[in-house]
Amino acid sequence: MTGNSDPLSPRAKLAVTAGKAVAAASRAAGRGSGSVIGGKVALKLDPDLLARLAQHLDVVLVSATNGKTTTTRLIAEALGAAGPVVSNALGANMPAGITSALAGGSDARYGVIEVDEKYLAGVARDTDPKCIALLNLSRDQLDRAAETRMLAENWREGLAGSKSVVVANADDPLVVWAASSSPNVIWVAAGQMWKDDAWSCPSCGGVMQRPGDDWFCGECGFRRPTPSWALSGDHVLDPHGSAWPIHLQLPGRANKANAASSAAVAAVFGVPPQVALERMYQVQAVAGRYDVVQFQQRDLRLLLAKNPAGWLETFSLIDPPPTPVILSVNARGADGTDTSWLWDVDYTRLTGHPICVIGDRKLDLAVRLEVANQNFQVCDNLDQAVSMSPHGRIEVIANYTAFQDLRRRVGN
Amino acid sequence: MSDNQLRIVWIYPDLLSTYGDQGNALVIERRARQRGLDVARLDVRSDQAIPTSGDIYLIGGGEDRPQRLAAERLRRDGGLHRAVGNGAIVFSVCAGYQILGHEFINDLGQREPGLGLLDVVSVRGEGARCVGDVLADIDPRLGLPPLTGFENHQGVTHLGPTARPFANVRLGNGNGTGDGTEGAYNDTVFGTYMHGPVLARNPLIADLLLKLALDVNALPPTDDRWYEALRNERIAAAQQPA
Repeated sequence: MTGNSDPLSPRAKLAVTAGKAVAAASRAAGRGSGSVIGGKVALKLDPDLLARLAQHLDVVLVSATNGKTTTTRLIAEALGAAGPVVSNALGANMPAGITSALAGGSDARYGVIEVDEKYLAGVARDTDPKCIALLNLSRDQLDRAAETRMLAENWREGLAGSKSVVVANADDPLVVWAASSSPNVIWVAAGQMWKDDAWSCPSCGGVMQRPGDDWFCGECGFRRPTPSWALSGDHVLDPHGSAWPIHLQLPGRANKANAASSAAVAAVFGVPPQVALERMYQVQAVAGRYDVVQFQQRDLRLLLAKNPAGWLETFSLIDPPPTPVILSVNARGADGTDTSWLWDVDYTRLTGHPICVIGDRKLDLAVRLEVANQNFQVCDNLDQAVSMSPHGRIEVIANYTAFQDLRRRVGN
Repeated sequence: MSDNQLRIVWIYPDLLSTYGDQGNALVIERRARQRGLDVARLDVRSDQAIPTSGDIYLIGGGEDRPQRLAAERLRRDGGLHRAVGNGAIVFSVCAGYQILGHEFINDLGQREPGLGLLDVVSVRGEGARCVGDVLADIDPRLGLPPLTGFENHQGVTHLGPTARPFANVRLGNGNGTGDGTEGAYNDTVFGTYMHGPVLARNPLIADLLLKLALDVNALPPTDDRWYEALRNERIAAAQQPA
C-alpha cells in the first residue's frame, strides 16, 4: 500500500488548513462548494502543494473534451475495489479545484482526477500520475479555447517521455497523435461519432481517409493503432479477447465508451474488468447529468451537451419520436460567447420530435431549426415549455450554463 | 445557372469549417428551395478537384495551418479561377476571405500567396485579437439592411483600388485597418470577417448571392420572422456596453 507514511511538511499542512477554512467560509457565505477558492488560497501559501498531496497517492488523470466528469466517476468507482479513492467528483478540474479535492482525502490510496484539457500537461508534471486516460478532443468554446489541434500538440509535448501509462482512444486521430509521443500507451477502440475535427492529418496536414471504423493519412502513413481493448456493442473486449457485458444506469453509446476506457484504466491497477464494470453500475447521475426528475407531472431527463460532438452523441441516446425535446442554449462566459457551433450540429436528427427552444440564445436555435426545416416552438422558460408537452418523458438537452439554470429550476 | 439546377459548392470543409461555416451553405440551400429552385450542394474536400460549373462557391473560416494548406491546394487546383471566369459567385469568410486576396501571413509567419480573386492583402494585427459581436452598415449600393455578425480574428486586411468595402462598422473591428471598413467585394467575389454564420444573421445577403447567381432583380418573399427576431436581438446586444 502506498499509504500516507510521509507526513506533509508544516507549510503544506498550514496551506491545507487555510484552504479548508476559506472553503468553509465560502460555503457559509452561500458561494458554492468553496473548493476552488479554498484551493486557490492553499496554492498561494504553498505553490508545491498539489505535488505534495499527490505524492502520497497513485494518481489517475482523466482529460477529454467530452465525458471527463463521467469517466472520472466511473474510474473512481472501479478503483474503489482496490482501496480508498479521492476524486474531484464535482468537476472542479483546474489546479485550484484539484488541490482542494486532494486536500480532502488524506486517507486515500488513489487519486482519480479530472483535468481541464488546457491544464493536462502542467497537472501531469505536478502529480506524477501512474495513469492518464485520454478520451477525445474536438471543437469547444471557439471564442476563447485554443485551437483543437494545438491542444493535441500541447498534450503531445507534455506526454513526451512520460513514465505514465497512457490509456488512449484509438478512434480519435487527435488523441492518437497526442498520446503517441508517450512510450507506454494502451489503445482502446472506444469509438467516436464526431469526425469533423480530424479530416486533416495532425502529423503532416494530409487528407485523412476514413473507411469504416479505420482511419489513416494517405500521405505520411500516420494511422490508427491496433487497439488492445475495445468497445463492441454492449461489451468490453479485453486484451485476452474476453467480452465483458456493460451494465450501466447511464444511457448512451458515449457512456459505454467511457466504461471501456475506465475498465482499461482499472486493469492497470489490477482491478479485473468484471469487478470494475460491476462497480460502475452504481453510478447513476453525474453532477445532475442524465438525472430524471419529476417536474409538473412530467419526467424530465436532463442531458448536458456542450459542443457539436456532445450533441451528436446525445441525439443518439434520446427516446424516439414522438418524445418531446426541449433545447436550451446560453452563450455566457463558461459556454463560449460564439454560437456558430450550432450550425455544426445536425438538427435534422430531431425530425418527428416536438421541439421547444428556451435559454438566452433561443432565437439562434429558432433560426437554426427553421433552416433545418424542423417544427419547433419558442418558449419563454422551462415551465412554459414543459406545460406545452404531454405527460410522460421529456428529453431536455442544454449546454453548460443553461444546464445549471435547469438544475436550479427543477431543484436538482 | 444551367439546366435549372442551382449548384452550391462548399470548398474544403475538411480544412475550413471551424466556425459553423456549413451554416452559410445551409441557409442559401434552404432559401433557394423555398423559392422552388432545384438545388445541388457539393462539398469538395481538399483532395478533390474544384468543379468549375458551380453557381455559388462558399469558402469558410479555419485555423492557421489549415488555411495555408487550403491556399496551397487551391492555387495548385486552379478550378476556382476558372469558375470565377465563368461568372460564378464566391462568398468567403475570415480565413477564406484572406485566401481570396493577393497574400496573407501563414502559420509559419511567412507571406503566403493567395488566389488574387479579391484586391486585398492581409497581414497579422499587432493588437488584441478581435472577438465579439459586430454591427455595420453595408455599402448602400447593395441596398441591404445593417450587417450583424460575430468576429474572431487576428488578421488585418487592406483593400486595393478594385475592391470596395463591403460594409462600415458601427461597432466592432471588421478589417481591422482602423478606417472602419469591413469585408470587401467586387462584381462577383465577396469577403467578410463575419461568422455567425453570417448568412443566418443576414438572410438578405444570401438572397443577394442568389439574385446574382440567377441574374434576377427580385425573389419571392419568405417568412423571415425568426431571422428578424434574431437580428433585432443581436443588434441590440451589440449596442449594449460590454
